[in-house]
Parts: sequence; C-alpha cells; structure tokens
Amino acid sequence: MSARVSLPRWVDIVLLPVLNVTLAFIIGGIVVLVVGENPIEAVRIMLYGAFGYGYGFGFTLYYTTNFIFTGLAVAVAFHAGLFNIGGEGQSYVAGLGALLIAFAVGGLHWALALPLIIIAAGLVGGFWAFIPGWLQARRGSHVVITTIMMNFIATSLMSYLISRILKPANVSSDMSAPIDPVTRLPFLAEWFPLLRNTPANISFFVAIASLFFVYWLIWRTKFGYAIRTMGHNPTAARYAGMSNARLIMLTMAISGALAGMMALNETAGAQGRLMLNYVAGAGFVGIAVAFMGKAHPIGVGLSALLFGVLYQGGQELAFSMPAITREMIVTIQALVILFTGAMSEMLRRPVEIAFLLSRLRSADEGGGR
Amino acid sequence: MASPTHQTDQRPSPAAGSPLAIELRKINKRFGPVHANKDIDLAVKRGSVHGIVGENGAGKSTLMSILYGFYHADSGEVLVGGQPVTINNSSDALALGIGMVHQHFMLVDNFTVIENVILGAEDSALLDPSIDKARRELQRLADEYGLAVPADAVIEDLSVGQQQRVEILKALYRGADILILDEPTGVLTPAEADHLFKVLETLRDEGKTIILITHKLREIMAITDTVSVMRQGEMVATLETTQTSPEQLAELMVGRRVLLRVEKGPAKPGEVLLEIENLVVADDLGTERVKGVSLSVRAGEILGIAGVAGNGQSELLEAVAGMRAVRSGAIRLNGEDVTAQDEDSAADLRRKGLAHVPEDRLRMGLVTNFYEWENAILGYHGEARYGKGVMLNVDAARAEARRQIEKFDIRPADTDLKTANFSGGNQQKIVLAREMERDPDVLIVGQPTRGVDIGAIEFIHGQIVKMRDAGKAILLVSVELDEIRALSDRIVVLFDGRIVGEADPETADEGELGLLMAGVNQKEAGR
Amino acid sequence: MEDIISILVTTVRVSTPLILACLAGLYSERSGIVDIGLEGKLIASAFGAAVVAAVTGSAWAGLLAGIGVSLVFSAVHGLASINFKGNQIISGVALNFLAAGLSTFLGAAWFGRGGNTPPVSGDARFYGIQLPFAAELRDVPIVGPIYSGLISGHAIMTYIAFLAVPVTAWVLWRTRFGLRLRAVGENPKALDTAGMSVSWLRYKALIITSVLVGIGGAYLSIAQAASFTPNMAAGRGYIALAALIFAKWKPVPAMFACLLFGFLEAMQYRLQGVDLPVIGPVPTQAMQALPYILTILLLAGFVGRAIPPKASGLPYVKER
Repeated sequence: MSARVSLPRWVDIVLLPVLNVTLAFIIGGIVVLVVGENPIEAVRIMLYGAFGYGYGFGFTLYYTTNFIFTGLAVAVAFHAGLFNIGGEGQSYVAGLGALLIAFAVGGLHWALALPLIIIAAGLVGGFWAFIPGWLQARRGSHVVITTIMMNFIATSLMSYLISRILKPANVSSDMSAPIDPVTRLPFLAEWFPLLRNTPANISFFVAIASLFFVYWLIWRTKFGYAIRTMGHNPTAARYAGMSNARLIMLTMAISGALAGMMALNETAGAQGRLMLNYVAGAGFVGIAVAFMGKAHPIGVGLSALLFGVLYQGGQELAFSMPAITREMIVTIQALVILFTGAMSEMLRRPVEIAFLLSRLRSADEGGGR
Repeated sequence: MASPTHQTDQRPSPAAGSPLAIELRKINKRFGPVHANKDIDLAVKRGSVHGIVGENGAGKSTLMSILYGFYHADSGEVLVGGQPVTINNSSDALALGIGMVHQHFMLVDNFTVIENVILGAEDSALLDPSIDKARRELQRLADEYGLAVPADAVIEDLSVGQQQRVEILKALYRGADILILDEPTGVLTPAEADHLFKVLETLRDEGKTIILITHKLREIMAITDTVSVMRQGEMVATLETTQTSPEQLAELMVGRRVLLRVEKGPAKPGEVLLEIENLVVADDLGTERVKGVSLSVRAGEILGIAGVAGNGQSELLEAVAGMRAVRSGAIRLNGEDVTAQDEDSAADLRRKGLAHVPEDRLRMGLVTNFYEWENAILGYHGEARYGKGVMLNVDAARAEARRQIEKFDIRPADTDLKTANFSGGNQQKIVLAREMERDPDVLIVGQPTRGVDIGAIEFIHGQIVKMRDAGKAILLVSVELDEIRALSDRIVVLFDGRIVGEADPETADEGELGLLMAGVNQKEAGR
Repeated sequence: MEDIISILVTTVRVSTPLILACLAGLYSERSGIVDIGLEGKLIASAFGAAVVAAVTGSAWAGLLAGIGVSLVFSAVHGLASINFKGNQIISGVALNFLAAGLSTFLGAAWFGRGGNTPPVSGDARFYGIQLPFAAELRDVPIVGPIYSGLISGHAIMTYIAFLAVPVTAWVLWRTRFGLRLRAVGENPKALDTAGMSVSWLRYKALIITSVLVGIGGAYLSIAQAASFTPNMAAGRGYIALAALIFAKWKPVPAMFACLLFGFLEAMQYRLQGVDLPVIGPVPTQAMQALPYILTILLLAGFVGRAIPPKASGLPYVKER
C-alpha cells in the first residue's frame, strides 16, 4: 500500500467533486465533437436556453424541482448506506396518490389541498419504497435488486391502471381525467409574469423547503444521527441500541416519500392529470444529482439546478443543433454518475501527488532563503 | 524427487550449503508516518524453529509479509539459502519454498479440503488429474507428519484446529521448506496447540525451517530453538531460547520492567448488581455458543472471564449488552429482569444503568467516519441533555466531548477530528470515557487493551480499578490471561459455552487455569 | 400441437438473449463483480452490431463490433470496480445510462432516423439455420415438429447460447480456471496469498462476460430484428440478472430460469387481445411484471433462499 497524503478538507468536499464533474463534461464535449458540433457553442446555447429569457428559465425551474425531489430521495437513503434505485417507480406510483386525493377533494382550494396532496403522494411513494425496505430489513434481500424490480412492477401496474381504468372513455391518449382547476397547484406565472406559459409551479417552493428539511433531518435530529451511524457502521448502530431493521424501513419510506413529491410538480401541477410514463427518467437523474451533490442538500440543490439547465438548455440545443438530441443529457448524466460515483477515487492520487509536490517545492524555497 | 510442486530455477538448492535458511539485511518499511520496520536484520538457521516475539504493532507481521511478498520493503536485502532474492509477490515466495500460515486463514469456506489445497497449485488446465494427485499427496503428508484431515470435507464444517491443518497442508503441498506461522495458537485450545507443536517438531526434525510469530512467551519457551524480539519496529535482540527467560524476553519486548500487577487494594463486594441465570445464546448461524451460564457480579468487584477466544465470550457479552436475543435463561440488572428478547435492546439497558466497552472498538464501539464528538455520545444520543424530542443538540454533545477529552487525556484534544485519525489507544479511551462517564451501575468490558500501546494499557487498567473502587460491578472478558489475573477479584473460566471452574486470582496458578481453559473439568480448582 | 410448438419456438427465440446475458452475468458475479450493467451492455452491443453491419454489409463484422463494444464497457466497469475500488453497482448503473444515452444520441446524429439504425438484410443479417435433415424429417409425426420446427431454424446465436450452458458448467466445475473463478468470488485473499492475481482473474471473467453479452446484443439487433431501435433491450438485462439470482448462480438452472421468463414473454405475445372468461381482455401488464414479482418473492425467501458469492460487490483491497 502506498503512503497516504492527508489532504485539506476543502479538497475532498469541493475540489475533487468539481474535477470529477468537469471530467464528465469534457468527455461529453468530446462526444459532441464526434458528431461534428462545437461544444463551446453548445454550452452557450444551452445557458441561453436555460437562463436567457423567462420562458426558458421557467422550464429550468420546473425540471430543477423534479430533480431536487428525486436527488434528495437518493441522498437520504445514501446516508443510511442504502442505494435506492427505485425513485423512478416511487415517483410514478405517487402520482396515483396525488391524483386520487385531488379527485377526492375536487373543488377544494389548492392552498388547502396542498398539504393533503403532499401527504397522499408521500404515503404512496413511501409505501412503494417501504416494500424493498421491509424486504431488506426482515428478509435480507438487497434493496438495489428489489428497487429495480419494483420499478418494472410500477411501470406495469401504472400502465394498466392508466390505460384501463383511469382513462376517460372519450380520450384517446393514455392519461387520466384532469384535476379540478381550483384544486390544481397554481403556476408561478400567476405571480411572476416573466414565467408565463411555463410549467413552473409552486411545487418549486416545496422543493426548496425539502432541501432545508433534509438538512435538518440528517444533521440536526437524533433520527438523522441514527441514520448516519447505521450508514457508516451497522454494527455500531446495533451496539448503540438503534434498530437497524426499523431504520432501514423508515429511511426507505422517507426516501420514497421524497421521490413521491415529484407528483406535486407533475400530476398536481404542470400536467394537472396523471399521464402515462410521466416520470420519464427523472427518478434516475436523481441518482446523478445525489452523487454529484455528495448527498448534501446544498450539493443536491446545485446539481439539480445543473441538470435542470441541461434538460431545458438541451431542448433549446436540439432546435439549434439538430444533431444533438435529448439523449445527450442522458449521456452526461451517465458520465456524472460514473465519475462522481464509481470512479471518484481516480483523481485522488494525481491530486495527492500535486499537493505533495507543491509542499516539497515550498519547503525547498523556504530552505533556500 | 516426489515433491509435488513445480520446481523453479530461482529456487536455491538446499545442497548449496548455506546454513541459513533466511537472512534479512537492513529491511525498512514505512506506512505513511509509521515506520513499521527499521533496519531489521534477521538470520534463521536451516532446520530450526525460530520465534519472533513482540507486542501488537511491533512490526512482526509486517516483516513476515515482506518475506512472503505481500508487501515490498522500502529498502534492504533478502537472502534465501544464502542467495540474494527478490520477492515481488506470494508466488515468488512459494517458488522459493516459503509457505505461510496466516493468523486469519486464507481458505475458501465452501470449498472442500482438496480444492483448497490445489487452488493455485494445479498441474494442468483440467482439474481431475490434479485432484487425484493431491489426494495421494495428502495421504502421504498425513502419514508422515500426523496431519490427517478428511480430504472431501467442506471447510466450513471443520473445526478451527482442522482448518489450520489444511493451511499447513497447503504450504507443504506447495513444497514449502520454510514455514511461517503467524500467531497460530490464538484461536486454538491448549490441546490443539499442543498437537500443533508436535507437528512443528516433526517438521523440524524432517529438516524444515519454522518461523513462529507470537506474543505468547510460554510458546516461545516451549518450542523454539532461537528467538528474536521486536519492539516498535526494531529488532532488539536475538537469543538462544535455552539462554533466556520469560522475564528477560518480557523486558526486551516492552523496553522496561513490566508492571505485572495492577496496583489495587482488596475488593469490598457489596450487593449483587448483575445476575445471569442459565443463559443460553446462539450465534448468527443459530449455533448455541453460550450453553447455560450462571454468574453474578457484586458492586465493587471485578469478575474476570478467562477462556480461549471463540468459547462463547462474544455472544455472552452481546447478550448481556442487549445486542443479541437470548434463547433461554435470565439476566437481572439491579434485581430487574432485563433479558434481551431481540438484538435491539442496548438502548434500554443503558437507560437502566449498564455500560458496555465492546471487544472490538472499530467494528462496534466507534464509527470511524464520525467526528470525535459524534462518537462521544454514541448510544447516549437519546438522552434529553443532547436535545429535546427529536432534536439533536450539537453544542451540548460537543461540550460533553470536550469534558471527556480532558478527563481521559484523549489526544489530540480535538472534538472535530475524524475518529479514524486517532491512535488505537486514544480510540479506546474515547470508548472508555463515553461508557465510564455515564456513571453506570454495571460495566461490561471486552478485551479492553487489545491493540493498545503499553502506556495506554496502564491508564485503562487504572480506570477499570477506579470504577470498581467507586462501587461498580464490573464484568471483564479477556483472552489475555495475564490481564484477567491482574485485574480480577474473582475468575471464572469459560469453555465451550459453559463455566468450567472458578478460581481466586491470588492463589490459582497458570497450569490449573490452562487446564480449565482446555476443558479439563476440575470443579475444585483454585478452591 | 402446432400452437404449442409455435409458443415454444417463440420461447426459444426470446430466451436466447436472456441466456447469453445471464451466463455473462454468471461469470462476472462468480468472480466477485456485480454486473447491474448487463442491460447497458446489451443495448450498447446491439447498437454497435447494427451500425457496423449496416455500414459494412457484413453480419459477422457486426457481431464482432457488438462484442468489441461490450468489451469497452466491461473495461470501464473493470477500471472502476477493480482498479479504483469504486462501487460496482453505481458503475453498472452509470453504464446503463451511458449505453441508453449514447446509442440513441449517436444513432440519431449519424443516421437521422430518430435513433434507429438503417435496416439490414442479406449478408448483413443473421438468419435461421436449417439443420441437416430438417426438411426430410418435417413430416414425421412428433419428431418432425420438434426437430424441424423447434430445434432447427434458429440463428447461430441461439445455438451458441444453448451450447454455452453445458460448456459453462464444465468450465466451472472441471477446470482450473473454474476453480479459481469460484474461489475469487468467495475469498479473493485466498488466491492472493497463494500467489495469483485477483485483478487479472477478474478481468478474465469480465472478458468472457463481454463476449457472451456482446453476442446477445448482436442477436437483438441483427438476428431477431433487422435494426437497432432505442432502448432495444427493454429490461432483458435486468431479467437476466433476476434469472441469475433465481438460478442461484448455477448455469443449468440459469438456462431453465431464462426459459421460464422467456415462456412468460411468449405467452404475453400469444395472449395479446385474447378475451378470457371472467377476466376479460388479458392484462398483458400482469404478464410483464411476473418475472419481477417472482424474483422479489424469491429474494424474500418465500421460494427458497438465494445466497450470492460471498465476495461479490466488494472491491479487493489488501489490508495493511
């Protein structure tokens, strides 16, 4: 084994993640070059598309909202040492909870309905994640495998429910009847005319509140302390009198509930109805968001914004550069997960060597004087 | 020659005639800031048993890992049979005839004995011929050295002693002339250890060279021809075993006169605080490990549990601490029944006045990724003083951590340092401070000084005695018999999950305790 | 009879990529490397095969390209999980997205068909092989339908898949490589201390994994279908993983698990739009979900117990 160099804390928290993300984007840029487009120009178009005018910015906020929820879902589970790949399915089934409660209280003012929708979506999403949690806690089956399986089951179940049961007779595409406009969560455009005609809605503020909630939960509560203990050392958690089984089930349920909040933004907000496959990969983007943000709410918020920019800017880009399609974003997302998640140690060695060299050099200079 | 291994050119022939099997010159090895081996010289005669003693962390295992090609020396020279050699990996070592029996066996648990023996020493791409040959060879080795093991048995069904034999057979099958054994008796009963020593003597008489790494002086005196002593990465002496004594070796090991007895006055036992009755506990696989243990600990006394590791100590401690479900029997704390029904009762027991210093601090007692202050409240985080309701009061936790650091002289005195960055002794102090500062009625302590430096050992022993004098009931488990004898007011011996005898530390002699630990039931011992 | 044969033929067809991916996963996981990325490798190699077959007009070149692409993916997975001791699950998840994103993105950029590759035919595609005497035996009762109808007439990959099953069993239990493979997934340290390279052994396993899954991917795009379409693997990589767990990491049971899941898929096609008494139209979604539900029940221990190789998922780190 080689000698370890002790690095300052900011290197671990800021420099290495930034380098890893940069690497992901450089490789993404090379891919853009391969199809014969200019990556710098592409970035410029994307940034303009995402921030340059109100319409684009509204979409950026709308995407960011989804990614904050799914990113936090992965992050919370991650602190408990659990890898929840099931955000996609959990968000999807939560749409059912949001829809049914909105139907049930149809006509109720949105401000009163909002807490109920949060609870219903959270309960259904949480339940979908609680099953893998229960399976791991009580039967020892690994959440990674079971959450993948639950994603597929969610797809089948929801596609059956939407196309066979919820779809009104007179509608041809696979979607439910609309939610009462009074109950439906209002668009931000009502207050910010700049954002008119965009799907950004008040769920955005719920997402921001969730960031604070998760910070509080993980670092300022005894439950969060227990989650982190188990995440680092399950035996120590048992030694400390924490029930691993209970923690696993609860954490998964909270994780699923956070993923379920996406239904606010989509089902109860932007679309105002339950659409087939409405999650469209946002659950998986959450994985990249959580890794890139090092599972910390500040990081998650920033990475969610970055992916929001990529998604909205990417739409814009697809108009200006037809060779670059939406799938480029999935590629970037994959590279980000790869470099910040699986290969995060790759750059540590070079950085350590760089630090060692610079220390030696400054020592030399000091000696020469 | 009937040797089953592939003879390689690199291998010096024994006829080359150097009387030394192994010679190391000026070996250096650093791990970051730790200088694990400093200018080590070592010469081992062919056909001898050479012991290497030293405390934990003295650098014995590192040195042997270099010889076995597991690590590279930063500098220095290795000679095998008088020829300078380079050992880059384990296969180089094997080709030179060096075999190693590791402290933790390197066996594939769901493989048969024969599969384990041929693994890596197969003759051809197809298995069947290798297996047939290995079967004949195993029979020969069994006859020659008394190393019989059922060839088709699966490893996980074998006893620890048998598994160790498989490790030795693996080395011999590969044609090892030089056999390194790293702490081979740690997991063995005295009877199994005796059998091992007989095997080693036979091997030596057949001309093999044995290097025995241990920290048990008794073994050194019993079996070795020569002995080297290591201390803090340095080789401090090499002696003929017949010319030395355990006292001299002990002094060389620690570098000064050892305080063999802990300073403590007579115990003043009060009422019974911890009572265990007919306790039966099973391990994770459902095997019963504690088979009907009854004992009681009074206020103001230390009850020591002696025994070879793996005789139910861990399960007993975990059950008493509320981390393991009890099958039957009862545990009473202050007269109240606290028998754990599941593995999640530790918090409940803490509230009722039980503190637990676990056997393995890194696996259980600490979260090494946590800051020091986070570990200072582990297990007690639920208390109201660390926050009301669901809230965690970080400032209160830090304040408590600072208090503990001061009182137990934990270094560095930094509540916001990652626990992994503390030394073993200071990590153990973090655990002790946390558990002792809560003023428990009963303290259960497992292996309090494992992997801890000498200075910290004295401090830790002193603290345990202080707790006793403050009227606490202390249950102490240790595989170090010396530690048990020095600290305890009463000793019980645990063998195969049962208490097989009780002894008075003042009068019991080592031989009697040894017999008890080996399961030779002498109810009257020590009375 | 004809109905049964036709369902069984479909079963064999759809099982082929499952068996190849499942055996691929078997080598990887037996060596201690969890491969969630099978899905991605199927997609990537299907894409690679379709592109090269379309461009060169040679199906064999396409097959080689499919294998080549999955080798590259395995190399990245190996680098992350063997050299950098990264999290194998995260690496696999990343590779799945990379395959899904990159294939569609490059496909759309190169061919402008919304991610599809141009259809291949003639020499650029693998067709069913008529086994000897298939024509002559066609009318013989019982033997005819089974031999000429069921066994004969599949693409070469199908025969490779079914042949790979006994070969894998033999390799695993009867060869030196198999012994070491099984050992490295259980206790890598035992190999290291016996002088063998854990990394190299794991890379060898990954190479076999790539070849098998590469053949499976090529089957999807230039044998079963005539072009690549986005997300063509449609969860088959995950089903293969489920089958592997179902089979408890053993080759012959793995084949039967894949055939079972393949049969479910075949029935799903068969029952599409069929009205059953009481239930009404068959909910195909229920059939789609069945393999996943079965796997969850198995994992929950309601149908036996699945214990993976002990060291799988753990990077090998030499202790200090």
